[in-house]
Amino acid sequence: MIPGRFEYHRPKSLPEAVALLAKLGEDARPLAGGHSLIPMMKLRMATPEHLVDLAGIADLKGIRHEGGRIVIGAMTTQAELIASADLSAALPILKETALLIADPQVRYVGTLGGNVANGDPGNDMPAVMMALDATYQLAGEKGAREVAAREFYQGAYFTALEPGEMLAAISIPVPPAGHGAAYEKLKRKIGDYATAAAAVVLTKADGRIATCAIALTNVGDTPLLAEEAAHILTGTSADAASLARAIAAAEAITEPATDGRGTAAYRTKMAGIMLERALARALARAAG
Amino acid sequence: MNDQTPTKAEREARLQGMGCKRKRVEDIRFTQGRGNYVDDIKLPGMLFGDFYRSPYPHARIKKLDTSRAKALPGVRAVLTAADLKPLNLHYMPTLAGDVQAVLADEKVLFQNQEVAFVIADDRYIAADAIELIDCEYEELPVLVDPSKALLPDAPILREDIVDKMVGAHGPRRHANHIFNWQVGEKDGTDEAFASAPVTVKETFYYHRTHPSPLETCQALASMDKIKGELTLYGTFQAPHVIRTVVSLISGLPEHKIHVIAPDIGGGFGNKVGAYAGYVCAVVGSIVLGKPVKWVEDRMENLSTTSFARDYHMTTELAATQDGKILAMRCYVLADHGAFDACADPSKWPAGFMNICTGSYDIPVAHLEVDGVYTNKASGGVAYRCSFRVTEAVYAIERAVEVLAQKLGMDSADLRVKNFIRRDQFPYHAALGWEYDSGDYHFAMEKAMTAVDYRGLRTEQAAKREAFKRGETREIMGIGVSFFTEIVGAGPSKNCDILGIGMFDSCEIRIHPTGSVIARMGTKSQGQGHETTYAQILATELGIPADDIMIEEGNTDTAPYGLGTYGSRSTPTAGAATAMAARKIRAKAQMIAAHLLEVHHNDLEWDVDGFQVKGLPEKRKSMKEIAWASYNQPIPNLEPGLEAVNYYDPPNMTYPFGAYFCVMDIDVDTGVFKVRRFYALDDCGTRINPMIIEGQVHGGLTEAFAVSMGQEIRYDAMGNVMGASFMDFFLPTAVETPHWETDFTETPSPHHPIGAKGVGESPHVGGVPCFSNAVNDAFSFLGTTHINMPHDAWRMWEMAEKLGLHAQANAAA
Amino acid sequence: MAKVHVSMTVNGDAVEGLVEPRTLLIHFIRENLLLTGAHIGCDTSHCGACTVDLDGKSVKSCTLFAVQAEGASITTIEGMAAPDGTLHALQEGFRMMHGLQCGFCTPGMILRAHRLLLENPDPSEEEIRFGIAGNMCRCTGYQNIVKAIQYAAAKINGVPFQEAAE
Repeated sequence: MIPGRFEYHRPKSLPEAVALLAKLGEDARPLAGGHSLIPMMKLRMATPEHLVDLAGIADLKGIRHEGGRIVIGAMTTQAELIASADLSAALPILKETALLIADPQVRYVGTLGGNVANGDPGNDMPAVMMALDATYQLAGEKGAREVAAREFYQGAYFTALEPGEMLAAISIPVPPAGHGAAYEKLKRKIGDYATAAAAVVLTKADGRIATCAIALTNVGDTPLLAEEAAHILTGTSADAASLARAIAAAEAITEPATDGRGTAAYRTKMAGIMLERALARALARAAG
Repeated sequence: MNDQTPTKAEREARLQGMGCKRKRVEDIRFTQGRGNYVDDIKLPGMLFGDFYRSPYPHARIKKLDTSRAKALPGVRAVLTAADLKPLNLHYMPTLAGDVQAVLADEKVLFQNQEVAFVIADDRYIAADAIELIDCEYEELPVLVDPSKALLPDAPILREDIVDKMVGAHGPRRHANHIFNWQVGEKDGTDEAFASAPVTVKETFYYHRTHPSPLETCQALASMDKIKGELTLYGTFQAPHVIRTVVSLISGLPEHKIHVIAPDIGGGFGNKVGAYAGYVCAVVGSIVLGKPVKWVEDRMENLSTTSFARDYHMTTELAATQDGKILAMRCYVLADHGAFDACADPSKWPAGFMNICTGSYDIPVAHLEVDGVYTNKASGGVAYRCSFRVTEAVYAIERAVEVLAQKLGMDSADLRVKNFIRRDQFPYHAALGWEYDSGDYHFAMEKAMTAVDYRGLRTEQAAKREAFKRGETREIMGIGVSFFTEIVGAGPSKNCDILGIGMFDSCEIRIHPTGSVIARMGTKSQGQGHETTYAQILATELGIPADDIMIEEGNTDTAPYGLGTYGSRSTPTAGAATAMAARKIRAKAQMIAAHLLEVHHNDLEWDVDGFQVKGLPEKRKSMKEIAWASYNQPIPNLEPGLEAVNYYDPPNMTYPFGAYFCVMDIDVDTGVFKVRRFYALDDCGTRINPMIIEGQVHGGLTEAFAVSMGQEIRYDAMGNVMGASFMDFFLPTAVETPHWETDFTETPSPHHPIGAKGVGESPHVGGVPCFSNAVNDAFSFLGTTHINMPHDAWRMWEMAEKLGLHAQANAAA
Repeated sequence: MAKVHVSMTVNGDAVEGLVEPRTLLIHFIRENLLLTGAHIGCDTSHCGACTVDLDGKSVKSCTLFAVQAEGASITTIEGMAAPDGTLHALQEGFRMMHGLQCGFCTPGMILRAHRLLLENPDPSEEEIRFGIAGNMCRCTGYQNIVKAIQYAAAKINGVPFQEAAE
């Protein structure tokens, strides 16, 4: 498998990258870790004429606190997320999720930005970002703007990114101390995309769920925010009846494909079970 | 003798002969990146070939225009069927007596079939040129389901042989029919079934999968037009056979073809046959006078070269009420894809499927196999097994479980009750084979004790009750399998490939200083031949294994042999090695007698030399004898110390084993966990226990993969699904269970060193063991058979069908 | 399309070459540098046969362009033994524990294990299995690979290797 020809660009700054992408237009693709894009290019399912490698841009790296938020540069790798003690303390769900992505080699190279920005419904981080209500900081020729993760995904490989625009950073509101979060992923083996997966972020008060956000991976054309399910659970003690209703509500919004991972019916049910298990773990982790 | 004289035990240990865990000599290069695989070879001026393939599974080629591809700078040639036709190379013979298109001639018959071969300066340009080939197709109705192949209105696939109603294996009753093969006593079997108190019948589908070695199929052809000689490097499990095939189809004399199989990155049956890529590389090199390399990518490998299995096996057993098996009947519908390219010995269209009576003393049996064409890739190779033996063992080992269930008997007990007894060997099975040796009862008892079988059943009974009470959502399965393989093909009286008897060979040369080079007609793909053959020789010749070099794979230097597959290396070439060594030892005895001035009958063999009987201090070591054989004339003996043996085995060998698996299945997700897997193997004499254990680990891992998820799937339109390592289940270290190994040792009575072969046993025995574990887990809920692969979603579907989810919801 | 100049350090040697931007790193290493230890097994970044060490990371060199490795420091299997030929503990461990059969996955497996042990000098069996999950082996069933890595860890740590009971 051999990729088609392209011209390679390696800008040194974000403005330079943005200018290049604007100039080259639709024939150009930004290159982050490349572990989604390069296999697609080898299959000739992607044939960009220009690749703009973001690896030389120092500003796109790193994890920093900004007020009540954690801002992660788009080119931060999964391995760097896993290694960050700071993140492990503030947002343990990121490490938990990153460890479920692909394999060690891919995690060394694969980036958070690439995972959330390319719009592949199989990627794990988008659902987590939706559950965390993260915001994506986009850079484009017309300037910077922010789009909520919950507004970003429009279809398989279709996102809110405008032509020439790229993801610069992910900004996540730090959940309050004592929050509980979990990501449950069912996959056939290491290196696979989810058959179904669920992200849950919640807080408890007096034994009841005070706030709750739920998102699902790879059971539709986009990651799915399960608002109804979260709404059902909020204010409850996650009793059996509420749980059953919430799971049914989450399953109702799925539209998975039948593929090697299983039939659509199976994958829908697995979304429900992943949700059930993620909820159980998030509840156990939450204080209050 | 003095204190410095090594003891006999020390001298034996120094040889590193049979039975010791000798470290592998191959590893020295492999661990340093110095293996030499086909794609590592670079010849001056080398070009690179790649295929344009059909996107359609069944279509007529209306127009094939390669002009744009040819115009791309760096492209040297584009071959199509039209180019090959004048050379009569657009089709090539298969090992099964059929022909196979090298490049599609007017019609394509499976998705990804080879249509054109681009040859360019490098692989990047070749890939670009493929994009520039313009081909127009007229789509034709697709035949995917083999059960519809023989219907009157089925689309006709093979127009090239539509008038040829007698195939290589007899009459064909439909254009899509390949053969009907019957073995055994039909009437006797029917009678036994008609009067039997208990019968069971079940159809087991052994799904389509693929051997998928980590190195794909590859070749590098280099034609020297001045000398008229072709050198062909390739991933060949059987290099001599490839040389003969190339000679037959190219017209080049066989002595001017140099076939070299360098290091091979795993074979598992994938690299036995001849593929379009090999032929096109050869033709390209002949046409262009430059070396041409062809390297498959993984998608091509999974979707085109040699699938395995795809057998629909309707299996019946007849028995008494107390579980004595009276008869077996088996009907197989075999999906061979677009061409019959099974790599079986010529006379065996369904391989050794007739080993399907297994380890049991079944008085009468009948087997019938129909092979049919479909719009799928061709193959049917023996993926880590002797020809169709995993299919046969799967059929009987599932059928025994189904019978036990019907009888309400424990399936291990049912097996023990029907085992061929030790005193019945050599045993003549109802479907024709003569089993050489075995002690099944002993092996089974050892295995059942090791796993505490009765304890497991007690635990399972408790877990089932807990499941019924809703206390757990897991069900526990205990997999049992007891297999008998038939390997080591084979005696030339019943086994040949293209008319060449399936013997194998060894040539040994002892150098003046007492070191050795030995060559065989087999070819290791990871089995460690360089290590183990040297161990056989070390014991037989009394020369340290470290002083013996083993060389395989170069047809110029190695004696003719049929290659490595079907666990045949040890039974055939291993025997040839021992026999050739014995010729040398006989001559060495004459030399020693001359040197010691005694009659040769007065000498006896002692570890590493000959000594005068009763006078152990009067001895000549093999090293001394080797020197003498070159150094001084021995009356009535030729100088030198060499021997060749071509070994035509008198019989196959019949390794066997007892496997147990304990598995827990979460009925809500279908996710399973293998809690324990125990494998007891009896491969006769054990040459290197370390390598045997490694082979067992590897075979079990492949069995795990095949039974629990590995699959080449086609959709209803004939599209091949999931032909990449994303979907095709190759377990990683995380999914792979821990393996426990054990053994008994029942030597083969007819093999010179008693060895039987082991590389494939764990696969053959492992697949039914896993499948039996799954089926056993569900059986208390009333199921009799669930088809493989047992991946999570299919197990969940079974649980859904059984109402296990609805029950749980109602309970909640 | 114009070729571009790349330079990097491979096994301690400064190397350079002219490549198309689309040239995969594995092809640069194998075809230009003639270091054929790393292999291509799957083409889709699943099997890990192409694994090399790049700036302290295990990477799949079939899913990187050579241009992305500009200025990088790379170790391949050919650079694992000491300059005097002494084998690395992993190379020795793989042989001693029968951690390979056909040898095709071995270079990638050893390079991955190398980085794993640098990051976690005394890994548990579970950590080893998780740590090499990006490398597929068709022959061994991994059990002896795990032992080989444990053997190497013990040797590097200067403690006696205790083979786990079967």
